[in-house]
Amino acid sequence: MHNFDFVKPATLADALAALKSDGAQALSGGQTLIASMKQRLAAPATLVSLTGIPELKGVCIGEGGLHVGAATPHAEVAREAAKHYPALAALAGGIGDPQVRNRGTIGGSIANNDPSACYPAGVLASGATIVTNRRRIAADDYFQGLFTTALHEGEIVTSVVFPIPQKAAYVKFDQPASRFALTGVFVAKTADGVRVAVTGAGGDGVFRWTEAEAALSANFAASAIAGLTVSPDGMIHDLHGTPAYRAHLVKVLTGHAVQAAA
Amino acid sequence: MTKVSMTVNGKSVSGEVEGRTLLSSFLRDGLGLTGTHIGCDTSQCGACVVHVDGRAVKSCTVFALDVAGAQVKTIEGMANPDGSLSVLQQAFQDNHGLQCGFCTPGMVMSAAALLADNPSPTEAEVRHGLEGNICRCTGYHNIVKAVLQASGQDVSKIAAE
Repeated sequence: MHNFDFVKPATLADALAALKSDGAQALSGGQTLIASMKQRLAAPATLVSLTGIPELKGVCIGEGGLHVGAATPHAEVAREAAKHYPALAALAGGIGDPQVRNRGTIGGSIANNDPSACYPAGVLASGATIVTNRRRIAADDYFQGLFTTALHEGEIVTSVVFPIPQKAAYVKFDQPASRFALTGVFVAKTADGVRVAVTGAGGDGVFRWTEAEAALSANFAASAIAGLTVSPDGMIHDLHGTPAYRAHLVKVLTGHAVQAAA
Repeated sequence: MTKVSMTVNGKSVSGEVEGRTLLSSFLRDGLGLTGTHIGCDTSQCGACVVHVDGRAVKSCTVFALDVAGAQVKTIEGMANPDGSLSVLQQAFQDNHGLQCGFCTPGMVMSAAALLADNPSPTEAEVRHGLEGNICRCTGYHNIVKAVLQASGQDVSKIAAE
């Protein structure tokens, strides 16, 4: 990979200052970015590590629900969120493999917004709020397409706040080589209704299956979606699955998630 | 070049590295600790697993400068102080948990981290815990058996396959 200057600030203020230099990029756990740099798909002039900033780490209950610091590794979310939000903890505990979970972070995952990553489904289905150094962004406004988010230049995710649903579950159909979701569905039932978010299927990244949300809000049972169909139009097509296969998985996995959550 | 210092297998070490120097490269080329293997260099295979502050990580996907000051443990630090094999290493030998041996350093480091978190895992938990490590020789069966034996469980009834 191309060489770069490496800096590891101890405070958010120092990190934001370092990110103002030309060609600077934030580095969180690096489990995607380092691989991209080896392939020369990314070649930052300066990497600003966010892993040494205590204020970006940790899991706690606070105003609005469960607060997860952006630089918290998946393994820590799996451990620390288990008693507060088991479905989210299970999602975190199923990402990649143990070594990836010890380095990869929630902030890195949702800043990257890979169309097959697990966290975007959990964040969107939960109706979470993405907190940055500048503002608070609703999940519905945050995810804007393939590897695209509402973040501006120089803006970084500092935490994610999850309202805790009454019932929830995430079911993913693993792509066994990469351990990304071939397709994954997160279902969350709250007093305001049900939200269903799908990853690994949409050609524009994570999306909400609104027809299922309406059906499940009326009747939270797998049978409630039996009559629905999912259009394969615009879904991901690769050697692991056709759009039709993914559309089929969306419905099957939604049913499984409802059963797991009930 | 920037100076980086950390503790590796209990010893304070330092060296000159570039920003892009990976922990795996620093260990092998900088410190001569070639027990940490580089298999795929894409964080798929797990041959490069080491412990950083007690947690298993893939050293090919961590920058050396990002773990400055950390406690790092590699396969060279796994034997007993007198040089004899540790319980886990001996269990790999006893159960034929390796053939070519290329994946073994990473397997041992991942298994050690797994047992530290879960001292008496089920077979399913061992298999889940080793998902980040690929072995192209053994079919995993004897590796899983070795880890179960190292945890003190009776593996005599598990057939060799």
